[in-house]
Parts: sequence; C-alpha cells; structure tokens
Amino acid sequence: MSRKRLTRRQFVAATAMSSAALITAPYVRGAYAAGKVSIGFWDHWVPNANDASTAMVKEWAEKEKVEVSIDYITSNNNKIQLTVAAEAQAKSGHDILQMPTWWPHAYSENLEPVNDVMEPLIKLNGEVNGTTKYLGQVGGKWLAVPATPGSQIKGPCSRIDLMKKHAGIDVQEMYPAGAPAKADNWTMETFLKAAEACHKGGNPFGIGLGETTDSVDTAGAIFQSFGAELVNAKGEVTVKTDAVRQALEYYKKLIAFLPPDAPSWDDASNNKWLISGRGAMILNPPSAWAVAKRDAPQVAEQCWTHGFPAGPKGRFAPFLPYFWGLWSFSKNKEAAKSLLTHLSQPDSIAKFVAASGGYDLPAYANMTTLKTWAEEGPPKGTLYHYPNPNNHQTLSIAASPAPPKIAQQIYFQATLTKMALRFAQGEKMEATLAWAEGECEGFMRS
Amino acid sequence: MREPPGARAAPIAGSRPNWAGFAIPLQESDTMADVVVEQGHTVSAARARKPTSLRNILGRKSTVAFMLTLPLILLVGLLVLYPALYSVHLATLNKSMQKFVALGNFQFLFKRDTFWMVVKQSCIFALTAVFFKALIGFIVAHFVHNIPGKKQRKWRGMLLVPWVIPPAMSTLAWLWLFDPSYSAFNYTLSLFGIGPVNWLGDTFWARFSVILVNVWYGAPFFLIMYLAALKSVPDQLYEAAAIDGANWWQKIWYVTLPMMRNIIAITALFSLIVTFANFDIVRILTSGGPLDKTHLFATWAFKVGIEGSDIPLGASVSLFMVPILAIAAIFILRDVSKRGNEA
Repeated sequence: MSRKRLTRRQFVAATAMSSAALITAPYVRGAYAAGKVSIGFWDHWVPNANDASTAMVKEWAEKEKVEVSIDYITSNNNKIQLTVAAEAQAKSGHDILQMPTWWPHAYSENLEPVNDVMEPLIKLNGEVNGTTKYLGQVGGKWLAVPATPGSQIKGPCSRIDLMKKHAGIDVQEMYPAGAPAKADNWTMETFLKAAEACHKGGNPFGIGLGETTDSVDTAGAIFQSFGAELVNAKGEVTVKTDAVRQALEYYKKLIAFLPPDAPSWDDASNNKWLISGRGAMILNPPSAWAVAKRDAPQVAEQCWTHGFPAGPKGRFAPFLPYFWGLWSFSKNKEAAKSLLTHLSQPDSIAKFVAASGGYDLPAYANMTTLKTWAEEGPPKGTLYHYPNPNNHQTLSIAASPAPPKIAQQIYFQATLTKMALRFAQGEKMEATLAWAEGECEGFMRS
Repeated sequence: MREPPGARAAPIAGSRPNWAGFAIPLQESDTMADVVVEQGHTVSAARARKPTSLRNILGRKSTVAFMLTLPLILLVGLLVLYPALYSVHLATLNKSMQKFVALGNFQFLFKRDTFWMVVKQSCIFALTAVFFKALIGFIVAHFVHNIPGKKQRKWRGMLLVPWVIPPAMSTLAWLWLFDPSYSAFNYTLSLFGIGPVNWLGDTFWARFSVILVNVWYGAPFFLIMYLAALKSVPDQLYEAAAIDGANWWQKIWYVTLPMMRNIIAITALFSLIVTFANFDIVRILTSGGPLDKTHLFATWAFKVGIEGSDIPLGASVSLFMVPILAIAAIFILRDVSKRGNEA
C-alpha cells in the first residue's frame, strides 16, 4: 500500500485553513452571533416616541444578529448627566449613551472617536451646523454622533392673535408656511417694541431670568446678536467690551416688560405662561404648543413657531443638540458604530421626527424640510420654520465660542442671566462687568 | 469588681455558654456528663482541660456584640466610609481628574466670592432653621403634653405628618404654593388686598421660603423628642416649684430647661448636621437662585460638580461642611458629656 506523502506546501495550506476555521468559528452567524450592545437613550417626554427608537433598534438588531439592550434615562433632575458621570467614572455601563450638549467635551477622554461614522453620514445627510461641530468635535475628531431625539431649537413661539392685537405684527406673514421668511424687519428693536406693547396689553412675553437652561439660552442668543462674548474662542476673557455693555443695556430695557417674577422662573414656567393664555410669546421648542394642543386647544391653534429677531451682529437662535457617545471602554465598538449609522440614516431620522410630532431636530443640512414640520398643526404649518429650513438664522449655543469646557461653566452658572439681572436691578455696569470677569477667570481652571 | 480567675472560662464540654459568658449545665437528656454549677462557677472534670483560644474569643460578650453589629459596620463602611474617603480622594484631583493637586481645590475656592457667599448662606439657613425648629418644637411639645390621653395620640400623629412625607414630594407641593405666576398664597393674600409677593424671585422672600419649608419639615422631629423629654421630667419637681411660688416661666427656666438640656443639645446637633447638608428643598424651590442667593453647600456642590462637570471642585465644596460640623459636634457633645458627669 502506497502512502501519500504530505508536502510542505500542503501542510502550510492545511494549517492555515484550519486556523482560519478555528478563528472564525465563533462568528458563525447564530441568533446573536455578533455579540451584545447596550444603548441608553434619553427618555422622551412625547408619549410613544420611545417606541419608535425601540422599533428601529430591534430592526437593526435582527438584521445584524446582535443582542441589544435598551434603557431610557430621564433628563429630569439631571439623571442623564449623572448616568454619564457615573459610567465615565466606573469605566463601565452602556456601550452607547445619549448625552446632552456639553457632555461629549466634558468626557472627551472616555469617548471613542467616531470620524469613520460621521464622514459617510455627512456625505449622505449633508453638512452639520456649526453648533453641532463646536460641541461634538475636538481638533477635527468627532467625539460623538449628533442624535436626532431631544435636539431642539428654542425659538419664539408666538400667539398669532395677541401679537397682531397688541404689537400689530402678523407672525404668519413674516414666517409663511412653506415659504422662506420675510423677516428683515424682525429685529431686536422690533422685538423690544412688541414686548412693550404686549406688556401694556396685559400679555407680557414669557422670558425667564432664572438659572435653568431656557433662561440661559435666550440670554445667549441675545448676547450673540450683539456680538457679546464673555470669553472668546482663544479662551481670553472679553467681558469688558462695548458689545457686552450694549447687550446688558438692551436686556435692562427688555426686563422692564417681563413678568416681575421672571427671576424665579424655571424651564416649566414659560410653558405654563403660554398654555394658560397669559403670554403673547415664549422662547421654547414646540413642547409648550404640543401640551397646549391637549390641554388648551384654543391657545394651541393660535401658536406659531418662528425665527429669532436679528441684532446688530446677526440673527442667532439657541440650538441644543443631543449626541450619542460611544465609550472607549465599550466591548463591541464595531457593532455599536453600525447601530449609530443605522440610527442616523435619512429614514431613521424621519421616523424620529414623526414620532416626536416634529420636536426632534436632526443636525444635518439636508434633513430640515421633512413633511412632518410642514403638516403638523393646528394651525397647519405652525412648525414649518422650526427646523430653520432656509438657514434664516445662525444656530448657536449660549457662551460659545468660548472653549467648550469654559463655556459649560458659563452656561450652567447662568452667568449671562445673572449679569442681566444684576444690572437691571440697579447694580452699576462696571460692577456687573467686574463680577462677571471674576467669575469667568474662575472658570478657566483645568 | 474583677471576676475571679476561671469565672468566665470558656464553655467546657457538656455545657453551653449563656449570654453572660457563664457555663450552664445541659439537661441530662443532652449529655451524661457530670457537671456541677456552684454560684456561677463551673466545677467539673473538664475544668482541667485547657480551652481553645477560638472558643474563648467566641464566648466573650464583646465578641458576640461585635458579631451582631458587624452587618451594620459593613453597611456603614460601604455606604458611608468608602464614599467619604473617595470624596476626599476626589477633592485632591484637578478638574480632569488626572493630576494630584493636594489642597489646590480648596485654595481655589477660598479665592471665590461665590464660595464665601455660599458659606454665609449655609450658616444663615442652618442656624435660623434649627433655631425656629427647636422653638416651635418646644412650644408645640408643651401644648401636646397638656392634651389628655387619647386625644394626645391623635395630635401626635397629625403633627408628625410633615416629617414622614418624603421631603422631595412635600417640597413640590410647596413649590405650587409659591409658584411664581399661580401662587396659592398670593391668591389668598390678594383677597385681602395684599401682594403679590415674589416668593421665589426676591432674595429676602426666597431665603424666607426655603427656611420656612425646612422648619415646617423638621419641627415635628424636635416636637417628638421634646415631648419624650417632657414626659420624663418628674412631676414632683413642678410640685416643689409650685410650693416655692414659681410662676410658669420660672418652672420652664429652672425645671424644664435644665432637665431637657441634653436632649436639646443632641437634637440641635443632629438637626444642624442634616440642615447644613440639605439639598432637596433648595434644589426644588429655587435651584439656588435668584442670583445664587439661596445656594447651600450641597446645591452649589451639585451645580459645580455635576452640572459643571468639575467633580473634584464639587467634592471640595461638600467636604468644606465637615470641619464646620465637626467643631459644632465637639462643642455640643463635650457639653453633654460634662453635664452627664456632673449628674
């Protein structure tokens, strides 16, 4: 019996094949062949909006054979921020965690760069706005992926009837549904006159002067429209400038026409102000209008969401994006990146927007004209201008362009509203500026 | 008195230790060993046997006590000691938590005006609130003490309600009462042509409101402690005082207060610690505003540490409470033990 001799070449080939088979064996696609991924979403306040997120994740999980666990974490009482801090400290937790505004920068050391996710998404969905880049990037590196759920613009939501009656302004004519804005005359001066007229008419604008985000975001947009920066992009303190002085003078005039209890307002106060029918305008995403649809339909059908007034240095609107961060300690980064890509596809974005009744905003340029915003009502078209479809205004965040870690301190210490309030309550301009300068110097610590 | 040698010997064969550590004989059905107990002294053939040291240790009263408290010690260690030490560690790091800065965070804080404002406000808040809680608790305890039997139980139950409701919930109810635009208080005051009062938007009224809610919440604790103390004051002392012609004020000043001094000191200390560390009332009512004028250590630490993502600085702010409270505790407890020794 002749015995076949194994050549060296055959031996190498057989070894290579067996090794390859051994290595790939665990990845044979079983039910959950691609491992596990966990994701923590922001718990949406719109009823059933979470269901859309769950459905999208499940659809992806079945296709990719990944076992996914989903948690919904509320932002009430900063629960989501606490979760981010806890997971970053413990180096353990979800693979993907949704985080608001400043948090990608705050925990940049713990986040996996996602340029490989973002570059194809930008090609697909269009360029992202400046605020998203400012908050989501460091040195050209994407820290997180902009999340559609929860991202919002806090523009004016006006009462059509009261603005006409007291201020003689037709907001629907200024911001027509389905057409570009005709708002060249919608300036800070017009805004001030309208605030005065509505105050005299018994329906003051509902703008808070407290320390919560709605108050701070409004102050941020007004300061920016005057070109007022407390700290510039290089990290230099620039409090004592004419632009800051002008912004404070303007705010002092405006505060005279606001409700006297505005210094104690929180983020719910302006919503209540609109829904109760007492105010002619608030500066808020359409959540107040959505609640009014249920609780006060006669108010809701008179609401119109539109753009911010323009100041000497431009027209700015507060934009607060959420992000999906992928932790560097995630155990299944490739699968997590695939999920993030899935959640940012045009179809997924449209589903998020529809499920939230138009509240959620994508950060991408090609995604601002979805049919949800054109069709939502009553009145029909009330949300058409909410996503800034004609790039009519610059989307910004208070305290920018200061380096984000400094800006975060200015933002959460509500330095802008405190300055405005101190000056309006009779403190001398230079004393207010000196106080703010001292605060900003304190925020520089690293 | 020292026990004679061998009196607290370890359990010996044929016996089991009782709580006092002495050996008691087992029943005949248990063993056939011949054991004699004579006035607590065990005399047996096994006496000569040297007890093992483990048995000796386990038989000690102090060991049993230690074992019984061990679960609590572990719990305290895990939930109190570890976080406390960890916060000390955090307070020594820089903002990004990558560098050891020793006391650098405290040096930074000492230069901040807002920090000193928070220190001042915390002291105003805690001292005022504790004073009024003690005063109201003392007065109401006297009223309740004078209510006869069954009715007193009902009143005690009702007056404890604020203390048993979770403070976050009851504070939300207060928030609605103080609501900037729809305050129930202002509505009521308007019926008398008064107001509106800017409860949470004006510095004075905002401080008043947070202190008021804290007093409302905490006074029942003082009430119940003082009531218990009042019940332990012997009636004979009041009778003797009455015979001596003491009026009501003199009875309080010369009888009630000296008899209650220790309980007043201890309750004041406990309340001072809890009030200094208060978070929920201020957080819910004012979030520290207007213009930071109602911030306390805990709320400002949260603002700086969690909202501002500067956890080491937040830890330093909250740790600053420790020396203040430690000094208060030393003085109060020293006074209590001095009076205890006098007694």
